[in-house]
Amino acid sequence: MNWTWFPEYLPLLFQGVWLTIQLLVLSMVFGLTLAVPVGLVQVTGPKWLARIARGYCTLMRGTPLLVQLWLLYFGLGSVFAAFPEVRQSIFWPILREGYFYAILAFTLNEGGYGGEIMRGAFLSVPKGELEAARAYGMSPWKVLHRVWLPRAVRNVLPTLASETVLMLKATPLAATVTVLDIFGVILRVRQNTYITYEPLITAAIIYMALTFLITRAFNYVEGLVPSRR
Amino acid sequence: MIPEILSFGDKGFGDELLRGTQYTLVIAASAYLIGICLGLLGSAGKLYGGAFARGTAAVYTTIVRSVPEVVLILILYFAGTRGTNTLLGYFGLGPIEVNGTLAAIAVLGVVQGAYHTEVFRAAIQAVPAGQVEAGKAFGMRGLQIFRRIIGPAMLPNAIPGLSNLWLIVIKDTALVAVVGNYELLSTTASAAAFTKRYMLFFLTTALIYLLITLISNYFISKLESRYRRGQTKLA
Repeated sequence: MNWTWFPEYLPLLFQGVWLTIQLLVLSMVFGLTLAVPVGLVQVTGPKWLARIARGYCTLMRGTPLLVQLWLLYFGLGSVFAAFPEVRQSIFWPILREGYFYAILAFTLNEGGYGGEIMRGAFLSVPKGELEAARAYGMSPWKVLHRVWLPRAVRNVLPTLASETVLMLKATPLAATVTVLDIFGVILRVRQNTYITYEPLITAAIIYMALTFLITRAFNYVEGLVPSRR
Repeated sequence: MIPEILSFGDKGFGDELLRGTQYTLVIAASAYLIGICLGLLGSAGKLYGGAFARGTAAVYTTIVRSVPEVVLILILYFAGTRGTNTLLGYFGLGPIEVNGTLAAIAVLGVVQGAYHTEVFRAAIQAVPAGQVEAGKAFGMRGLQIFRRIIGPAMLPNAIPGLSNLWLIVIKDTALVAVVGNYELLSTTASAAAFTKRYMLFFLTTALIYLLITLISNYFISKLESRYRRGQTKLA
């Protein structure tokens, strides 16, 4: 066991953990925000919109996330770089960063997986509750944000918990597009010191700890909103 | 219609991509089979094992399911390579270059095994206890009960989970690209870097993965209706 590298890289590792958390939280928040309409139009939307949402889910769930990420980073990135207008625009410092493409790819991906979950969630809310809400004279929008959405989200909280863990486990892919998240730092340690196992095992332990925290956090939230079955 | 760069032969990368697809399918299928074997062992350990077997299975599934696949692939890839060479060293044999494809299969198999364990465990637990007891009453022994009763009865329960895992392993083969290989995504990445046609190549590859998934879905739904025959339909 060789841990001589550890003190030197500890600050970088902390930054890596922080970046991983950023990636996770931002892509989950954006992704689930995208997932709500994607799920909703499949349940109540017009047929053509439902079909588009359906196709979107299939596309996102049918191709590897790494391909999506590389398609955006290398593919879209090279298209952007070909246009001087884009390169000189104020957005270029963002459009140059792997960080941006990682969050974009994770968000779009989560929109697909989450959309499928939200579709089931919206269907799982008893019809009577929606009818009761309408009987009170709530507008469709009010029904959605007062009754339908909260009930749907509560029903799929356990699924969202495992979805979040899956997203955490997807974040190291960002390291392949130069993001210095936990895995990125570990890869750099490996590159600089030629030590392989200890850094990788450190990464494994950090990810396990984060998984544990996510599970605990969701259990806590589930406890806050008791559900009677 | 198809651009020349994707054609077969010397000028295009069509044959390279096809070979990559073959590698991907071989890696996915082999890892899947290893996963099923490990999953049956693991679920048996969790359900019927002693304290040691249960503990080992629990540690195995917990670690594999909470550590990112990429990290596991790197750990197992290097640990496997060094382990094999240490073992060969004991027998007085020199170090060998571990075959990348074999390593990928082994690694993904171990990862899949953890998920298969949970699928089989849940499926076996869903078999009514009365059926197993009936088997015992007929004087069947453990393995006989498994082969004649638990196996066929749990299969319909396991099929949705099993088909999910098949779709997952196809997509997980892409992760092997991180350590470099001949599978589809690595081939694509080097072709794209060589020609600078990133968009074209990654789109083509996404399409190939999508086709594999869609074709798999078609067969899965066939399989599912076949194994669900005779069961009452869910409302």
